[in-house]
Amino acid sequence: MKAGRPLLVLGAGIAGITAALEAAEAGAEVVLVEREPSIGGRVVRSRSYFPKMCPPSCGMEINIRRLEANQRVRVITSARVTAAEPTAGGWQVTLTVGPAFVNRRCTACGDCEAACVTKVLDPFNLGMKQVKAIRLPHLHAWPRRFTFDRAACPDDEARAIAAACRYGAIDLDATATTESLEVGAVVIATGWTPYPLDRLPELGGGLPDVIANVEMERLAAPDGPTAGRIVRPSDGQPPARVAFVQCAGSRDVNHLPYCSGVCCLASLKQASYVKDQLPGAEVTIYYIDRRTPGRNEDVLLQVAAMEGVRLVKGKVGRTEQRNRALALRVEDVEAGRVIDAEADLVVLATGMVPSGADDDLALFTRKDEDGFSLDDPAGRVVAAGVARRPEDVASSVRDATGAAARALAAARARP
Amino acid sequence: MDRVGVILCGGCGIGDAVDLDAVAAAAAAAGAAATLVHPCCCAADGLEAIRAAVAAHALDGIVVAACSERAKRQELASLGFDPAGMWRVALREHCAWSHPAGDEDTRMLAEDLVRMGLARMRGCRPIVPVAAAVSDTVLVVGGGRAGLEAARVAAGLGHPVVLVEKGEALGGRLAAQRSVVPEEPPYDRPHPNPIPGLIAEVTSCSDITVLPSTTIGAITGQPGRFAVRLDGPPATELTVGAIIQATGARPYDAHALGHLGYGASPDVITSEQLEVMLLAGAVVCPSSGAQPGRVLFIQCAGSRDDQHLRYCSSECCATTLRQAHELRAIDPKSEIVIVYRDLRAPGQLEHLFAGVQDMAGAMMARGDVDRVRVDGRLSVELSNSLLGEHAAVEADLVVLAVGMVPTAADGELIRRLHDARHQAEHAESAQARADAGRLAGELSRHQGTEILNLGYRQGPDLPALRYSFPDSHFICFPYETRRTGIYAAGTVRAPMGSAQAAEDGAGAAMKAVQCIEMAKRGEAVHPRAGDCAWPEFFLQRCTQCKRCTEECPFGTLDEDAKGTPELRELRCRRCGICMGSCPERIISFQDYSVQMVADMIKAIEVPEDLEGKPRILALMCENDAVPALDAAAANGATWNPWVRVIPIRCLGSTNVIWIAEALSRGVDGVILIGCKYGDDYQCHFIRGSELASTRLDNVGETLQRLALEPERIKLVELSHDEFDRIPLVLDEFAASLEALGPNPMKGF
Repeated sequence: MKAGRPLLVLGAGIAGITAALEAAEAGAEVVLVEREPSIGGRVVRSRSYFPKMCPPSCGMEINIRRLEANQRVRVITSARVTAAEPTAGGWQVTLTVGPAFVNRRCTACGDCEAACVTKVLDPFNLGMKQVKAIRLPHLHAWPRRFTFDRAACPDDEARAIAAACRYGAIDLDATATTESLEVGAVVIATGWTPYPLDRLPELGGGLPDVIANVEMERLAAPDGPTAGRIVRPSDGQPPARVAFVQCAGSRDVNHLPYCSGVCCLASLKQASYVKDQLPGAEVTIYYIDRRTPGRNEDVLLQVAAMEGVRLVKGKVGRTEQRNRALALRVEDVEAGRVIDAEADLVVLATGMVPSGADDDLALFTRKDEDGFSLDDPAGRVVAAGVARRPEDVASSVRDATGAAARALAAARARP
Repeated sequence: MDRVGVILCGGCGIGDAVDLDAVAAAAAAAGAAATLVHPCCCAADGLEAIRAAVAAHALDGIVVAACSERAKRQELASLGFDPAGMWRVALREHCAWSHPAGDEDTRMLAEDLVRMGLARMRGCRPIVPVAAAVSDTVLVVGGGRAGLEAARVAAGLGHPVVLVEKGEALGGRLAAQRSVVPEEPPYDRPHPNPIPGLIAEVTSCSDITVLPSTTIGAITGQPGRFAVRLDGPPATELTVGAIIQATGARPYDAHALGHLGYGASPDVITSEQLEVMLLAGAVVCPSSGAQPGRVLFIQCAGSRDDQHLRYCSSECCATTLRQAHELRAIDPKSEIVIVYRDLRAPGQLEHLFAGVQDMAGAMMARGDVDRVRVDGRLSVELSNSLLGEHAAVEADLVVLAVGMVPTAADGELIRRLHDARHQAEHAESAQARADAGRLAGELSRHQGTEILNLGYRQGPDLPALRYSFPDSHFICFPYETRRTGIYAAGTVRAPMGSAQAAEDGAGAAMKAVQCIEMAKRGEAVHPRAGDCAWPEFFLQRCTQCKRCTEECPFGTLDEDAKGTPELRELRCRRCGICMGSCPERIISFQDYSVQMVADMIKAIEVPEDLEGKPRILALMCENDAVPALDAAAANGATWNPWVRVIPIRCLGSTNVIWIAEALSRGVDGVILIGCKYGDDYQCHFIRGSELASTRLDNVGETLQRLALEPERIKLVELSHDEFDRIPLVLDEFAASLEALGPNPMKGF
């Protein structure tokens, strides 16, 4: 394969990393751009993958090895695209990077963190915990470099933090830089954000013991805010009754009109987190349809067979605080019945909102009515992963591998 | 390497925890050609100092004792050493951060780790990548949606493609369809079938050779240069660089669904039969030729069923919804009933589903179908439906949404069938012949299922994992089958819809092209992508025991008539499992060998005094256990200071001689920590930790010979994220050894 102009991959979640690596190992030059200070997007915030219940960091370990072994991929973190113009051979793109208050000299030794007293809400842990303003983004972060929430720190503290670094890695005067690139084609792999809980007040969004599925991943994770203990946020106690509310915002014309494709399996997986840790807990999953395609059916069979796990057909219409507990009203429209139930912890299986709504992508992408990015091979833009359609990790990887090929082919084609 | 220097970094607290001058002296005493202590090796001046030392002392290899090899890789790569020229010792994570500063035990640990690294580096030999002519051609097997898309995309990447199709025409199962499930907006209606356009594109592409009515006679060789014999008119021989298997799925045989009335009434048909009628533009009851008043679809016909297919076939719900739309378009009057258990229309197919829900005269009915009565008007008996615990719905035409069965042949089982047949005739004892005959009978359904006809020692097709789908890390690395350079795509790989099959074909094309390009560079593919070292066999000492040819998870080794291994180096993934399996220890990589690790073990100073300090050898998988240990250290954990960690490529590369070596030198215990195994294995080399566990079962004899307790050896399965558990595992093992008392071999 002849090397032409580089491929630009936007977003370094599992889809973007995959697209970048598969193209680069085939010989293409690739620029992988990520907004956050470290790569991995949503998957590194998950406790396990279904159906194997294995940790995402295991596959990431190999992908990071592949990235570092490959001179053809350039990864630019804390960066976004701020301008893009189509050219005869692809796109002329401007990236805005940084400011890089912590530079490449950082060894991740932790001396700066010891000198820091200001705490901020931890974005890696979805704000469920406080962390130092200067910190490693997370335990397995790559690039393995600290990130500094400079604006949160008073100047004198910031100076003390910078002085604590023995390697000259902290630059308090850093400013954002821009870089112009000519690329042959673009892969949009910008992923998704969870549907916000505050849009779901009827389901209890906003109540302390009503959490989102993505928060459950962090609660169960060994590097999460509770070191992996599943507890009620209100009192830190393990819940005796956990209710999962499926299609919280999905398959609902008032919220997301589509099915998010992964939430059934995510809740089944999370039910097994609860049962592994709290064998006596009662788990109930309220669903419309149990969508576990392919061999993922095994997950449904395994979890449904667990003692103390019930799957109940019905759409939860209302969740309210009732004394210390949460009261759920569940409607099974088809059977014409209403169920009243109680739980100590409610997990809303919130759906996926494509990040394609963001401004910088408007430079490239056509979107459908649901906000998912559309392919435009003639325009040398290909979408991958959840930017393109709601899907699970395995599908995103498949999709991204194909997207890399289609983008490279588009870049080779003469106009 | 002859002139190995030791670089000691004092940064990140290492210099505060350990007297590096003492460590440097120990390294010099152990034969280091030069030593350098620098306060920060990864900084520009540190790297410059290392370059200067390399030049000044004419070093051909260096041991960098600093942070974990997982940190600062790119900085140290700038020194220009390949893996046979540089070994990194995690003095920061495995010593300074995890053990008390200034302690005698901490110093002894640092000295041991550095001596071990030095011993390893001295065993390395230069890597000369495999160089050979490589074919650019991609062979695609199967001309359905996935195969067509794979051919189109591979050609689009500039590679010649040969597309073979068993049948006379291209298009596969989709060819006879009027429409497909929507793949792009608008999602609320069926889309025109893309197959005719795709066929036109593929057949008119000058880079693609289409060979219909052709099957694979034989494939031998390796990635970059597979020799392929095609059986077709005419028989052809060609060389290809990589292979995509897109042989698709077949519908589940509805004759097995007698309880649903198939075969008993002509008016019980499959979704494929309905498709034929839809294409013709008239849907009628086959028994009468009359238009049906009510058409009833039964979902999961043969899927999600213990008696039939346990898995969900994924696309049948969407197909039924599409067919309901099509049916309504040509026949506005008939009633449509869809009986389902869970309606699975994921993602934006919700819009297609909503269209059926709003359709006049269409009804969705959740329930389990017990049976279909065919005496008189068809009657579908349901339980657990909204119609009551038991109910019946009459219909004129019943459509079974049958699932899909992959066409994949299970290469390992075919091989086992052939072996069993051979044994049934040639085994020495009558009992063995009878047992083999019985096994051959059980496996007889694999007779004649060969597709790729690989001339591999381990069987003629891809090994399968579950439900006959090809084995791979199907979440993170779905295309990586266990046969390098051969990629499964489409419904042969997993149940999926047509849009997904197309994407899968494109993905497999990416992997096939990538494999060819990496073969040109002599590089290993996933997961050790870019590794240019390869295993060398000292065949003069081979005893033809066949362990290596049996155990390689990737079928890398063939055998000659005597059973001597024949290396196909570009099939190799460089895991070292062959090296671990070999009782004669004749398999070595340039940068990884049995001898190198044995030398590392010899470099551990074992205090001879029986009352002295115990020593524990920990062989750890570098992909999961070592990262977990690094994370534990970064998180502030501490663990027993007697542990000496040797990172290994895969637990499967463990040669039992290492354990014997350690114990005979007085090491008190050996712990192996690797990935989880079983059906949900996490080993990146598929079977490494499982094979290691089997080998340990056989170490018992060695222990008996040495009069040692079996508890001195332990294998632990551990996941990458168990940073909180790994220090406890080490501490518990140390405590158990203390209870056993010292190894009596000490000092001998």
